[in-house]
Amino acid sequence: MFTSKRRALGLVAGVAGMVVALSGCASADPIKGDTAPSSSGDTTTLVVGSQDYYSNEIVAEIYAQALENNGYNVERDFRIGVREVYLPDLEAGKIDVFPEYTGSLLQALDKNAKGGTKEEVHDALADAVPDTLRVLDAAGASDQNSWTVTEDFAKKYNLTDLASLKNVTEPITVGGNSELQTRPYGPKALKEKYGIDIAGFTPVEDSGGPLTVKALVDGDIQLANIYTADPNIKSNHLVALKDPDGLFFPDNIVPVVSKKVDDKAIDILNTISGALGEGELVDLNSESVNDKKQADVIASEWLKEKNLF
Amino acid sequence: MNFFIAAIAWLFDPAHYTGAGSIPSRLLEHLGFTLVTLVFASVIAIPAGYYIGHTGRGRRVAILLSGGLRALPTLGLLTLVGLWVGIGLEAPYVALTILAIPPILAGAYTGFEAIDRATIDAATAMGMSGGQVVRKVEMPLGLPLLIGGLRSATLQVVATATLAAYIADVGLGRPVFEGLKTNNYDEMLAGSILVILLALVLEGIFALATRLALRVVPTASGLQPDLTR
Repeated sequence: MFTSKRRALGLVAGVAGMVVALSGCASADPIKGDTAPSSSGDTTTLVVGSQDYYSNEIVAEIYAQALENNGYNVERDFRIGVREVYLPDLEAGKIDVFPEYTGSLLQALDKNAKGGTKEEVHDALADAVPDTLRVLDAAGASDQNSWTVTEDFAKKYNLTDLASLKNVTEPITVGGNSELQTRPYGPKALKEKYGIDIAGFTPVEDSGGPLTVKALVDGDIQLANIYTADPNIKSNHLVALKDPDGLFFPDNIVPVVSKKVDDKAIDILNTISGALGEGELVDLNSESVNDKKQADVIASEWLKEKNLF
Repeated sequence: MNFFIAAIAWLFDPAHYTGAGSIPSRLLEHLGFTLVTLVFASVIAIPAGYYIGHTGRGRRVAILLSGGLRALPTLGLLTLVGLWVGIGLEAPYVALTILAIPPILAGAYTGFEAIDRATIDAATAMGMSGGQVVRKVEMPLGLPLLIGGLRSATLQVVATATLAAYIADVGLGRPVFEGLKTNNYDEMLAGSILVILLALVLEGIFALATRLALRVVPTASGLQPDLTR
């Protein structure tokens, strides 16, 4: 009797805990998430997603605020994870608007994809996405993957591009997220394309964030995948090695949308892509990294500055 | 259920038993990391707990401090220490030692406090010095509760030690992180299953140790702490 009562209580507590946990997953902003479906019939609710990457969140927040200012209901599903995690949901149409990167998404969808100019990659991506999705205009701003070393290391071995890594006489340890090992530009591709031997892999699971930068500066790792729009490259004296053989594809920011997104919303998103010029992303990122501003603040300030929506 | 079967298959795949990052080496790394962390935490927490339990001084500070330490998110602490000392095992050791201190500290001082005052008074009346009271009365009588504290610390550390893989190529967190980020959920689940098994084995060892301690410790004081859970 006593134990069964206790067990029942435990079960209730467990279920309650799960409900709380699940409702926490449903939306980054529970208040907005709950009210969205009950609002008037003529406004569409669009789910805007973002990667678990601060810079991607800023762009997603810009999309979300621009859509909201034009009368759409927006549900924010931010910081979902890395592409391997959210891509199935995006393909299934569970997320309506997602800021993506042309080259990386193309490589994720098509392992045999060929690189090229940013226009070629954008066109190839438009063909590669499943019918449930649409690729809108790409922005001038790009956030490319890169193999990055410290300035001192580059000077010591006279490094300019990835091929020159052959000059390095000490063992090269790569550091980065676990998925880097299996990405198409990972250590294996470095060997195949440029003939560079990588001695080891050290996991630093913060997506090229401060811990990765610190490891690089400390010399714990020699080579890291840092995104080219990262303000840390400048402030920590890092060098992104050139990539003449096109290991990395051009990675311009592009909104990927579901069928639920109508023409008006498409116009809004394309206008944003038009305004998000080359180099602007570094400034936006810097406001987050150096000025410690929140994504929503950065986004609304940017929209105001650009006089958009 | 499919994931579960795939995870079991992953666990029994002979390819995962040789070379770098094999299951046995990950298990050993994880176990070694856990034990070293517990030694660090014990070296700090047991003497401090004994001091508090014996003198009754600093009890409030200890409760506040250990409560506060418990509330610290380990991943945040790990990142913070990592930004200071760099990647590698140092930061995980610091973060997990701080995680392990509160239960051991509590085990050490409550072990002393739970002893019947009459027993300690009797020991003093027999002419024992302060040091003798600690060594011959309080330490043995407090042992079962200390082991309870160590047990709960071990469980927390063995489960949380997966975080070491956040900035070091060590432990069972590697398959968990790698599986999570590359969509290999069988690998991730297999890593979790190994952590659970390791935790259960350690739990079994502590259950035995508690039983032994209760048998060895004289119970004349009427003290019989509830350690049956």
